[in-house]
Amino acid sequence: MPVVQPIAARADFPVGNARCVVRTNRAVNDRYRHLVLEAPPALCGATPGQFFHLLCPPAAGNDPFLRRPMSVYRIAPDEHAIEFLYNVVGAGTRSLAALAAGDTLSVMGPLGIGFTIGAAYRHILMVARGVGLATMAPVVPWARRRGIRVTAVLSARSPADLMAREFTQREDVRVHPVFDQDGSSEVARVETLLRAILAEDRPDTMFTCGSNRLMALLQRLGLEYDVPGEIALEQQMACALGVCLCCVRPIKAAGEIVHKRVCCEGPVFDLQQVAGTWRHG
Amino acid sequence: MVDLSVRVGTLALENPVMPASGCFSHEFGQVFDLDRLGALVTKSVTPKLRKGNAIPRVAEVSHGMLNSIGIPSKGIPHFVNEVVPLYASHSPPLVASVSADTVAEFADAAAALSVPGVAAIEANISCPNLEADGHAFAMTPDTTHAAVSAIRQRTSLPLWAKLTPNTGDIKAVARAAETAGADAIVVANTILGMSINLNTFRPTLGNVMGGLSGPAIKPIALRMVFQCAEVVAIPIIGCGGISTGEDVVEFMLAGATAVQVGTASFIHADAMIRILAELQAFCEARGIARVAELVHKARVEHEPIEW
Repeated sequence: MPVVQPIAARADFPVGNARCVVRTNRAVNDRYRHLVLEAPPALCGATPGQFFHLLCPPAAGNDPFLRRPMSVYRIAPDEHAIEFLYNVVGAGTRSLAALAAGDTLSVMGPLGIGFTIGAAYRHILMVARGVGLATMAPVVPWARRRGIRVTAVLSARSPADLMAREFTQREDVRVHPVFDQDGSSEVARVETLLRAILAEDRPDTMFTCGSNRLMALLQRLGLEYDVPGEIALEQQMACALGVCLCCVRPIKAAGEIVHKRVCCEGPVFDLQQVAGTWRHG
Repeated sequence: MVDLSVRVGTLALENPVMPASGCFSHEFGQVFDLDRLGALVTKSVTPKLRKGNAIPRVAEVSHGMLNSIGIPSKGIPHFVNEVVPLYASHSPPLVASVSADTVAEFADAAAALSVPGVAAIEANISCPNLEADGHAFAMTPDTTHAAVSAIRQRTSLPLWAKLTPNTGDIKAVARAAETAGADAIVVANTILGMSINLNTFRPTLGNVMGGLSGPAIKPIALRMVFQCAEVVAIPIIGCGGISTGEDVVEFMLAGATAVQVGTASFIHADAMIRILAELQAFCEARGIARVAELVHKARVEHEPIEW
């Protein structure tokens, strides 16, 4: 049998599908790593909040069967690069962690619907927790290039986990870090902080990712202060193209709750339309 | 040049590779040319509106995955009016998969689906039968015969019966489908399984149990195709873990006239296109002019041992 060559990204189909070469894959702290892939132009058109579907190669006893959806952390078409910031937690991310410069992996994307950044926006409030920070980080340069102010509440276990520098990427962002370690990440204290921000400099929108508790808080404050918002959701996926119907979440639509596919009708949804929370695993 | 065409009853296919129901929709057109497939098979539609099962709906296991989607359905009129037209501009025959809770609903639904644009009906009789304590119709020959014969009376389109591997007697079920008037059988569907998360002690699927698919089940599906080929004369469409062109060859040697590819497309969206290329390359390398020559050509005769 001849070895069948991997199918390269093709311009005639809107979703890219290519083998990408690893440029770097470095530890950011004890838990997170930063993966930079060399990507053809078809894969470099992502917008903030979109994701790629990564085929994690077998490594170190991990042989993940399904691909892993991963939101894009940095989009750098000038550098022919797409970048990911990931927490090493399971078989998929352990296999990603084993990638070395020069290795290749199969990448499909960009996929899904990202954050809406309105032309008239002057100020965006972002509330990120854990790995949600990586999902929301690409909003920062995108917004700053358009002259939009960014205020960010970043929630983490401890200062060592915060990755504020990875989030701001040297852009001018007002960052309010909160931590589990000192109790400042408790919902009540974050609420006080958010109320102060909302009162002082009312944002045009609020973006969030990474915490059900923060989602519920923002839903409540959004209604009270009449500020819209968007949330990026995570869900186990198989195809990531809207075919398999595995990744649905309950979403309010026209007065009823329907299942919407996170992969193609999200992953970014209207904050107020997300119904209920979901606990992983 | 290899002739890849096959014939499933009265239906001529340009090649034997088509998607498995539930693992295909028009969204794949974002990644590859759907017109290169032998047929297009839609996800099962049911007459009753269904929301589907609780999340998580998918979990991975070694060399496969478990799923429990629960056949979300917007009903037959929605399918006829909104889904069938999506495929009007595509050349491969459209196979509409249908599922239902009762024999009567199955027959009504199949009749309602027999519209222009639909080339064949695939009866997903692998789903739970509400008249038989939730057991799938295709678990027993009697319920298989009842469902297939009721559908047969209500449609003149080619009728494929999709069997379940969750039966103790696949040969008897296959014979029942043939006797009841099926034009072909699809062998098979997912195998009932489960897994449990060791951190939470919870089943990984929201529905607790689900269907196992992927390379993990290929030998079981292949064995069932082989067993069915011994007892039915109608064409068999092999389905279960097919991921490569060689897998297609294996299924055809076992007795399949065509194959369905499901889970492999979730790993590589354009897997079916690669599988077709591999199938063609295999035939070229072996000097096989027509892929149909492979059907049921597994050599199982034992060589006598000479002393």
